[in-house]
Amino acid sequence: MHSLPRCLRALWFRLRGLSPARPANDEIAAELESHLQLHIDDNLRAGMTPQEARRHALLQLGGLEQTQQTVRERSTLPWFEYLLQDLRFALRQLRKSPGFTAVVIVTLALGIGVNTALFSIVNTVLLHPIALPRPGELVAVDASKPNFEHGSISYPNFRDWQRDNRSFSDLAIYRHIGFVMTGSGYSERVRGNYVTSDFFPLLGVKPSLGRLFAADEDEIGRAPIVMLGGGFWAREFGSDPNIVGRSITLDGRDYTVVGIIPASFDLQVGGFLPEDIYVPIGQWQNEALKLRGAGLGIHGIARLRQGVTLAQAQADMNNVTNHLAAVYPEEDRGLRANLRPLREAIVGNVRPVLFVLLAAVGFVLLVACSNVANLLLARSSSRAQEFGVRIALGAGRSRIVCQILTESTALALAGGALALVLAAWGTRAAVALAPDTLPRASHIQLSPAVLCFTFGVSFVVGIVFGLIPAWKIAAQQPQSALRDAGSRTVHGSRHRTQDVLVIFQMAAALVLLAGAGLMVRSLFALYHTSPGFDPNGVLRFSVAGPDALVLHNPVGARAYARSLDQQMRSVHGISGVSLMGNDVPMTGDDDEELFWLQNEAKPADANDMHWSLLYTVEPDYLRIMRIPLLRGRWFADADRADTPHVIVIDDDLARQFFPNTDPIGKIVNLTNPDDIQATVIGVVGHVLHWGLDSDASSSLHAQLYIDIGQLADSQFVSNSGFFWNVAVRADHPDTVFPDIQSSLRQMNASQVAWRPLTMNQIIADSLAARRFSMILLGAFAALALLLASVGLYGVISYLVGQRTQEMAIRMALGADRGKVLRWVMQRGAALAGIGVGVGTVAALLVTRLMAGISLAKSSMIYGVHPWDPLTMVGVIALLMCVALMACYVPARRAASVDPMQALRSE
Amino acid sequence: MSDKTDVWQGTLALMVLKTLETMGPQHGYGIARRIEQTSGNLLSLNYGTLYPALLKLEQEGAIVSEWGMSDNNRKAKFYKLTRTGRKLLEREARGWQQTTAILARFLSPAEEA
Repeated sequence: MHSLPRCLRALWFRLRGLSPARPANDEIAAELESHLQLHIDDNLRAGMTPQEARRHALLQLGGLEQTQQTVRERSTLPWFEYLLQDLRFALRQLRKSPGFTAVVIVTLALGIGVNTALFSIVNTVLLHPIALPRPGELVAVDASKPNFEHGSISYPNFRDWQRDNRSFSDLAIYRHIGFVMTGSGYSERVRGNYVTSDFFPLLGVKPSLGRLFAADEDEIGRAPIVMLGGGFWAREFGSDPNIVGRSITLDGRDYTVVGIIPASFDLQVGGFLPEDIYVPIGQWQNEALKLRGAGLGIHGIARLRQGVTLAQAQADMNNVTNHLAAVYPEEDRGLRANLRPLREAIVGNVRPVLFVLLAAVGFVLLVACSNVANLLLARSSSRAQEFGVRIALGAGRSRIVCQILTESTALALAGGALALVLAAWGTRAAVALAPDTLPRASHIQLSPAVLCFTFGVSFVVGIVFGLIPAWKIAAQQPQSALRDAGSRTVHGSRHRTQDVLVIFQMAAALVLLAGAGLMVRSLFALYHTSPGFDPNGVLRFSVAGPDALVLHNPVGARAYARSLDQQMRSVHGISGVSLMGNDVPMTGDDDEELFWLQNEAKPADANDMHWSLLYTVEPDYLRIMRIPLLRGRWFADADRADTPHVIVIDDDLARQFFPNTDPIGKIVNLTNPDDIQATVIGVVGHVLHWGLDSDASSSLHAQLYIDIGQLADSQFVSNSGFFWNVAVRADHPDTVFPDIQSSLRQMNASQVAWRPLTMNQIIADSLAARRFSMILLGAFAALALLLASVGLYGVISYLVGQRTQEMAIRMALGADRGKVLRWVMQRGAALAGIGVGVGTVAALLVTRLMAGISLAKSSMIYGVHPWDPLTMVGVIALLMCVALMACYVPARRAASVDPMQALRSE
Repeated sequence: MSDKTDVWQGTLALMVLKTLETMGPQHGYGIARRIEQTSGNLLSLNYGTLYPALLKLEQEGAIVSEWGMSDNNRKAKFYKLTRTGRKLLEREARGWQQTTAILARFLSPAEEA
């Protein structure tokens, strides 16, 4: 007789039966009464006396009360009614002790709140890093070659991969690029991406207006077209719907706008960021695009065919690349496609750190819960009599346990609700602090998943931590609880549980403090690491010149560069100017030089050459950066294109290639762009090019400087036009940029300077991820310390409360107050001490683990030993101080007890 | 009373439905009496057990109730079969007939050969 709709219908009626508005009981009574009357009538007709008739009818009904009860139980849900009853009782109890309730709720809110906030970050960053359809099929594609695991893909190789593979439904490449847009007022620098036609269809992105690039429009030699990003469209053209079909001028060429990419498009992987504009890669006016061996910073993205696994795709691509290596041995030997799930490419770097932080907040929650368990224990022991009486009167133990659980769950859910408020605030704060490298940081928010998480955590916390006191109460003998009334005996086991919880709290707080302490020390160590130059007073920015002049006249470009130098030097407060290539330290960008030594034969291909970072700079550079000159001389104005080629090397290159000899005067064969011989004229100090913390772990170390003045004319104009980075030494690097800009505009209105960053900013940005985790870990540790000390305070207060009379007697018998104070303090210190002991051991294990976890490219713990004694001693001292302060308050209270008062109050 | 059979669990609802089908709208007491009579007074029905069963059927939508007047002018709650209830009765009755037929074959000696 069971079917789901009927059962649901019945359940609905039973739930409705719970509502006090329905006079269910009266109706049942009335019906049964009418039943009896009808039966009595019949019985009377059968000749019974009235009494007999009623008795007989009642008998056959099976008792009026019993029947009423069974019908009533069927008309509602008894267990649900119990639950409501318990809940009402719990709320009444909690209202009666507002202090206890407030402390528990706030404690839980803090613990659950930080967890919710961090979970909302993890939920977005780790669990949903790609806001595109079927993200599991997306693959990041790079070319792996000697020296570069995730190297760039050359255009000819890409076309062959695209044609030969059988694993991808689509394969596309992208490359970020800057343009100078002219046509309205001052020239403007816009950022863009070169993409292939497959790029957007592959990602599942549809244009919000117009169309995407057609299949062959991405090839070399097609008509120039462009798509605009939604944000750029709104900013520059006021979202004008008639923009499609019009043209914009980029680097002096007219591009027809064919469509708009929605502003909501969001993908942050490798070098790709949603930018202002998108241009088919075939439009790149760069001869190297056609070279199979070129490394132009082009990377790929692909969508796997349905049912193809990553391993199958990798095997397929290995076949493709093996074949190409056989056909083009010179360019493609040792080159393979490197496939990674896109998700991995996006979050691979941040995952370990987020796991550390998750573990940390997990501990914070445990500390908070221990507090709550302790408070519930203390409270239940003061209610032991109440429960004892109820058990003695016949209440089932399960009912009592239910009642305690209801109470703790109600508390936990209230804490969870408040936690959401804290989390909303905390998440905002964390996002504001988050480094740019955190994927999708701007999309972090409290989502339904986060709400479920919080609700789930609160519920579990309520049940689990309610069980501890519930189990204790249910296990107790009612007679012992009743006998204890008014006596001063102490429940040893209950104290032991409390002590264990406090010890755990202290230990957990110590572990977190140690971790946070080491992160602070690491950051300090990094701040005190010399980058190899003096960042103070250095400003870098980029300059793009008027294209017409440059594209057609490299000789003019050289002269133009000189006048640009002059113009910038004339700005007030500037004491040094150097144009430079892509090689600004700490930005993650670099140029490379391939070379071989004089006593070596010319290697057959690039992979067998020596590699070095290449700095293309002007003579002022050394003075601007204050890099120490160790030997020989630096560039001078006398070094010109027509004088012998000279280079300066850093001491790293000197040690590596000229060990035990003086490198000055040695000849080095350079390859860029043509083979030339250059003489080493000087040695300078090594610069931490890859960042304060990551330089040591990077494979490319040696550094080599050449003078811009000695560049060949053809080299003078870069592929993207007249484009240079500039380093200047300024009295006020933070504020000088507008002056430089106006001076440059004065010189030529169509040239642009953009992205000013002081060297100090660049260094700070390179440490942003580290600072972010340090601040979060520090905040979690502080929270754990606060909660643990509240826990200790609570336990000591409870102890003092329990023993007030005992101490009063002692004092009445002559014990002095100092002794009482000492006794209480000793007790607190003992607990804290054991906690510190346990915590120290745990901390030593945990910090070792942390040292193995990398942040960016180096360990989380940098420049300081994971067992750094100073940190350990420091955090132990901090913890003990706070713990003793937490004990002092109740200890003072104990010592100031008036014995007469305390004894009389019994 | 020993020769009377208790009402088996689950069959009471079927009896109620069948009674309402044959007699039309009826109050609880009437249903109880009718079940007893139909069984030839072989069933011992505790009238009290009828009411939870009626409530369950009502909650499931098989019957609806309404207050009205009995033949001898007493106020009583009358139960009426719904369409859902009719379908339920049909299905359950078929099920029972099948069950009893199967059991009858097992128990009848004639079939053993």
